[in-house]
Amino acid sequence: MNTDASGQGAASVAGHVADADQPVTGEAPRTLLQVRNLRTIFRHDHGSLTAVDGVSFDVRRGETLAIVGESGSGKSITAMSLLRLIPSPPGEIVDGEVEFDGRDLLELSDEEIRQIRGNEIAMIFQEPMTSLNPVLNIARQIGEPMEIHSRRDRDSIWKRCVDLLRQVRIPDPERRLKAYPHQFSGGMRQRAMIAMGLACEPKLIIADEPTTALDVTVQAQILELLKDLTRDHHSSMILITHDLGVVARYADRINVMYAGRIVERGTSDEIFNHPRHPYTLGLMESVPRLNDSDGTRLRPIPGQPPDLSNLPRGCPFHPRCRFAMDKCREAEPPLEQLSEEHWKACWVDLDDKH
Amino acid sequence: MSNVSVGSASVSSANAAEQETVSGRRRNRFMEFVGRLVRERPLGAFGAAICVVLIFTGVFADVIAPEGYNAISPLDRLKAPSWEHWFGTDQLGRDLFARTVHGAQLSIIVAFAATTLSIIISAVIGIASGYIGGRFDMTVQRFVDGWMCFPDLIILIVAVSVLGPGTGQVILVLGLLFGIAGSRIVRGAVLSVKENTYVHAAQSMGASTLRILLRHILPNVMAPIIVLYTTRLAAVILAESGLSFLGLGIPPPAPSWGGMLSLDGRTYMFQAPWLAIVPGLALTVAVFGINMFGDALRDLLDPRMRGGGGRFIARVRKRAPASQR
Repeated sequence: MNTDASGQGAASVAGHVADADQPVTGEAPRTLLQVRNLRTIFRHDHGSLTAVDGVSFDVRRGETLAIVGESGSGKSITAMSLLRLIPSPPGEIVDGEVEFDGRDLLELSDEEIRQIRGNEIAMIFQEPMTSLNPVLNIARQIGEPMEIHSRRDRDSIWKRCVDLLRQVRIPDPERRLKAYPHQFSGGMRQRAMIAMGLACEPKLIIADEPTTALDVTVQAQILELLKDLTRDHHSSMILITHDLGVVARYADRINVMYAGRIVERGTSDEIFNHPRHPYTLGLMESVPRLNDSDGTRLRPIPGQPPDLSNLPRGCPFHPRCRFAMDKCREAEPPLEQLSEEHWKACWVDLDDKH
Repeated sequence: MSNVSVGSASVSSANAAEQETVSGRRRNRFMEFVGRLVRERPLGAFGAAICVVLIFTGVFADVIAPEGYNAISPLDRLKAPSWEHWFGTDQLGRDLFARTVHGAQLSIIVAFAATTLSIIISAVIGIASGYIGGRFDMTVQRFVDGWMCFPDLIILIVAVSVLGPGTGQVILVLGLLFGIAGSRIVRGAVLSVKENTYVHAAQSMGASTLRILLRHILPNVMAPIIVLYTTRLAAVILAESGLSFLGLGIPPPAPSWGGMLSLDGRTYMFQAPWLAIVPGLALTVAVFGINMFGDALRDLLDPRMRGGGGRFIARVRKRAPASQR
């Protein structure tokens, strides 16, 4: 099954080779989620644009996988596609496989995918200020996934809610549960959202920019909390962010996305210390660091993210790439393996000094 | 006198508000809301008082005027107002006070029944159309467009001539007429609510469409629905009177105010002006009261307040008070 899926994925994507290592340890396979050649398009009046273009990646049990990229790179759409939450029309998942715990999520019926959502895969959204329903109290919202997926009675849901609020470190949970969202601060709302996500003890949590709207100090707390809780529950997490600082500290592995493709993949360590794709390098260079000497200028990536309905020929990054060669304008580079954990999609051979 | 009206206003809007929120909330919330109504919208409170008097009169019509609306007394024809007959009598010697009181009953029965029907229709069409969207929304809205292109009166006349006159028919036709028109307002509110992240969040946790509609969309569009309800009440009373005036509504001897104006009032306007004045005044006061109350309610519920719903009282309290007056 596994080899079959990866073989097919590798064969059908032009050049996007999927990593095929599937060592099975003990009874449960190491891989929880296996995405192969996922393509999501949006139709519009004059045609369509491809928001996610043949993306393949794995999420292992217990790991935190980051998907990094700028706005419009397709990271959120990728995540939404996994749970089939793309509004359709205009969106449509046209190709690919999303194998989660032995089932292809894209093949399930609407009813079956609903059983997965919130129960086995939970999603945490990026806007804590609007992610809670203003007319329902916190208890009813945190309890909602349990109402949908479990057969618990009201008492046991309440007890579980108290327990969850305690886990996300909101003091005085009994009183807070009766409060309404407007009585919560941004950080507390995000904690409540996390509690909601954890309610059914999902195997996978997808956190879509979970800290974007929060203060920097609160960001750190929330991420720390997410990390602790996923570790305690042995869950995996997909962390979607554009913030490299966040990624460096909390992710085990990183996928860098550009124009709906994965352009580099590796462990956090590899990506940070030895970036091999010019785009990743550009992202690093555009972030200020504490140990930069005075007067060091940040080096921005020139230009704008590409128009997805009108991508340049060849490598989609070449118009903004300072290493671009003729070949880059001709053909799109495949995602190729550099070492066991490091992959890149680039014709240029970058080394550590550039 | 003014003390009395304020006192009854508090009781009134407590009752009215109770009917209009989704489910019973805590009493003190209502008392606070009533306090605000009286302080910030005295005219609205006055309107609420009129509504209470109207409802009270309607409910206890048989107690207030036990002789009924159709007690013919040939000896008392066209008597002017007196102690015996407060509002005078009509050409059949029926006591006009009794008829007006029973007219109130008829009006509120028609008003509440037709408005409730229309709100249900509006909510179902508006929520389904707004939430499902796409081609379904397109089709439904074009149908609504077409419906709204017809002048109301023509639809009413056609419907009544097909169904025949009668209270039930009037309720049905008015409910349908106002319901379809009102669905636009609900749809608009749904369109803005459904893009909220909490709706997407509910989808992402596996909530069914029905659950999202009832749990997340409906409570958040309750504020416009409540306002729609109060404004529709007055419109329905007027429309019913208009129909009855034209002889298309509730047939005599039922004491519809519109019918009284037309049949008795118009015919004997010069011999017995009270026959026109009393039902006309009753109609005017009732519609005025409901409208004032509805306006005050709308102001307090604040149409700009996004996703207010059943929690409006708590929010209203937090909102800047006097400056918005």
